[in-house]
Amino acid sequence: MRASDLLKTTPAGLYCAAGDFHIDPLRPVKRALITHGHSDHARAGHESVLATRETLAIMGVRCGPDFAGATQAAAYGERIGIDGLTVSFHPAGHVLGSAQICVEAKGLRVVISGDYKRARDPTCAPFELVPCDVFISEATFGLPVFRHPDAAHEIARLIDSCRLFPERAHLVGAYSLGKAQRIMALLREAGWQRPIYIHGTMEKLTRFYEREGIDLGEVIRVTGPERPKLGGEVVICPPSALQELWSRRFPEPVPAFASGWMRVRARARQRGVELPLVISDHADWDELCETILATGCSELWVTHGEEDALVHWASGQGLAARPLHLIGYGEEEVEACEPAIPSDEADPALI
Amino acid sequence: MNRFAELLDRLSFEPSRNNKLRLMTDYFRSTPDPERGYALAALTGALGFQHAKPGLIRALISERVDPTLFYMSYDYVGDLSETVALLWPEPAATAAGAGHNRPPLALSEVVTTLATSGKLDLPRILARWLDALDEIGRWALLKLITGSLRVGVSARLAKTAVGDIGGKQPNEIEEVWHGLSPPYIDLFAWVEGREARPEATDPAPFRPPMLAHPIEEADLAVLNPEDFSAEWKWDGIRMQVVAGHDATGKRVLRMFSRTGEENTHAFPDLAEALAHLPAQDFAIDGELLILREGRVQPFSILQQRLNRKAVSAKHMADFPAHVRAYDLLSLNGEDFRPFAFCDRRKRLEAFVAECNEPRLDLSPIVPFKSWEDLAAARADPASAGAEADAAAVEGIMLKRVDSIYVPGRPKGPWYKWKRDPFNVDAVMMYAQRGHGKRSSFYSDYTFGCWREGENGEELVPIGKAYSGITDEELAQLDRYVRNHTINRFGPVREVEYSRDKGLVLEIAFEGINWSSRHKSGVALRFPRINRIRWDKPAKDADRIEVLEGLLRQRESA
Ligand SMILES: [Zn+2]
Ligand SMILES: [Zn+2]
Repeated sequence: MRASDLLKTTPAGLYCAAGDFHIDPLRPVKRALITHGHSDHARAGHESVLATRETLAIMGVRCGPDFAGATQAAAYGERIGIDGLTVSFHPAGHVLGSAQICVEAKGLRVVISGDYKRARDPTCAPFELVPCDVFISEATFGLPVFRHPDAAHEIARLIDSCRLFPERAHLVGAYSLGKAQRIMALLREAGWQRPIYIHGTMEKLTRFYEREGIDLGEVIRVTGPERPKLGGEVVICPPSALQELWSRRFPEPVPAFASGWMRVRARARQRGVELPLVISDHADWDELCETILATGCSELWVTHGEEDALVHWASGQGLAARPLHLIGYGEEEVEACEPAIPSDEADPALI
Repeated sequence: MNRFAELLDRLSFEPSRNNKLRLMTDYFRSTPDPERGYALAALTGALGFQHAKPGLIRALISERVDPTLFYMSYDYVGDLSETVALLWPEPAATAAGAGHNRPPLALSEVVTTLATSGKLDLPRILARWLDALDEIGRWALLKLITGSLRVGVSARLAKTAVGDIGGKQPNEIEEVWHGLSPPYIDLFAWVEGREARPEATDPAPFRPPMLAHPIEEADLAVLNPEDFSAEWKWDGIRMQVVAGHDATGKRVLRMFSRTGEENTHAFPDLAEALAHLPAQDFAIDGELLILREGRVQPFSILQQRLNRKAVSAKHMADFPAHVRAYDLLSLNGEDFRPFAFCDRRKRLEAFVAECNEPRLDLSPIVPFKSWEDLAAARADPASAGAEADAAAVEGIMLKRVDSIYVPGRPKGPWYKWKRDPFNVDAVMMYAQRGHGKRSSFYSDYTFGCWREGENGEELVPIGKAYSGITDEELAQLDRYVRNHTINRFGPVREVEYSRDKGLVLEIAFEGINWSSRHKSGVALRFPRINRIRWDKPAKDADRIEVLEGLLRQRESA
């Protein structure tokens, strides 16, 4: 069997006909296998969802208890039979509960990475390398200019800035799921003992992380009257809030943004960021290359991101490489629970 | 090098002047000699090595990175130094740990090596340094050696930051600056109170200038006209000309801008003329102007001379540079600054007469008895003695006759009374987010005037303004922009504007010039928002002909 017979791209995303299931589907489908809880991968409205227990719980927190008709939890490493195929979930190191999905059929093994990273993250299980024939990788940071520094170094810069500007509030834009909690945990590791303040939209997910046993120290939801008093404090908010009315009530705010995109100055300037923090939950260029080679795959498919450069590199390494041009992934910033897109056209806001 | 790189990185993102100062002061406080001294030299533009060419940097990266990947990366990032800094492959950590036994690369090593090494060695040295640095370090190094730091810091601001270490005023630093050289060990020792003030051994040092406060007509009521002397305020460039002799007896002549930047090389014609004056050494405070047949040319003409970096003989002949003197700060070793203005003025008049140099003349006194006389002169300089030079007069300077010359902007002794600004009613077309405190507001506005277009009446942009309004008005305009956006281009929004719809802004400006770079053909000087005309229909805003008329009127004056 060839991989292209096992998995096909459809308007709803990657589809496996032999098992009649989609992976991270963009539209409502009968059976969905979901890698992780970010809104571009985990949408509401499917008949049944198979995902890790944490991902199912995150979908419940984000979209309410009725996000799918039926759910089934997969433990990491558990082998699950679906119509003669075997599927299994393996840690992707991206956010809490994130998984790569391995599909095996008649000796052929395909791994769909979902979003992943290799760097250490105290808030989720580390990436597990799964040897395979075909590796389907993301390429969010698939250009050699993207090399993420040690996150601890970036956190040290944030703490240093709070010391130098004790009268200014440090507003750190960060995605609500995963990035925000990772920053809290890294701040604690760096010895930051003050309370950490969060924007209201982050509260539910942060409390969920705490219930999962991840120690984030004292985390306080910011209220209106408190805002002017938060000089020298760290306030974590969704990136979009940095430009909203909400941010104006803080004392002389230092707009910071934690993202791999901050590696490129023009990107940081475009968003009016004064303290760019290069902290990413995605693999950087070196991690992508290293991981692809380490899986031992002979074929590479690239789902989304900067596909061209990664495909060019992989071809040079003797791999059969091709881009899938999947549209609809790569914007983790969407805050509200986005239902799967019902129409034929993807929402331009998500591209 | 790492700490310096982090400083540059942070400065490049920080819009506020005060916060830039704090970042620099913190760096100077916590960084040892000689590193901080070389950093100060880099920030003040005092490093004198030959800059590396972009071709060299491209060649280095092409030896190390696949050309397709380089091209895709450069296309994405858009800046060569930054692309190379990010792409540069980290050297493999070998078993021998070659990179780890060496001490980290110091800025002082970079500066001293560049000063002594030849062109042929540069690629090899640069590659070794890039291997030793992280991304930000590589970015800073490449910016430094290509001579394009561009972190929004003037020499003056960097000196202010050094002064802040020990509570010294920037002018105190300026006083000793020209006798010093990198890495400024003696300067830091003095500022930190460890050693005496360095000797100012510079034969032709810059003297921080005295500046004037703006005055309102209402302020005049409490001032006595007899206490003041008046002069025209010239629309040129403040210039200090200093002459002296160095240790070997050689004559030194220097010209400085208001901020102490030396610009002698830009005006060789003027420098040549002034180097042959009979006086031994002197310091003149005055205005750089272009004079043709004895007439002062408007600022737009001076601008044409300033725009050229390399000055040809023809360019100098077409735009002859002059100094119009209004103060004499020292002569033949005697410091005149502690003298009263009226005494300095007498000495200045005698000095200029004795020089008898066509390129140097005296800024005339404007006679007046009452403030009413002066207001009339200000309103119509041509009839009050400025005659043909009136187009280059931007107002009146008032100096207390007993005022001594003190650096900075003391309140009381000197005032400037500008001519009334011009006004025009224009329609808002685009808005852009501001910086710093205003970064969440649409606070920079592009506005236009009406003209006859191919398809009937159209708006043509005439300028951009971001000041003049209160915080409350800013919030109103911000709301207006958000509610009337019809297009977005990155940080810029295009708002609704037509004959029937649109917001009129009353724009005040100080002057106007013809401009081939602007679509409208005219450029405003210092435009600012005077009033928001919520009441005025867009179709009643001014036409471009109004501005063209102003210009012609000025030219014929
Ligand atoms: Zn994700
Ligand atoms: Zn994603």
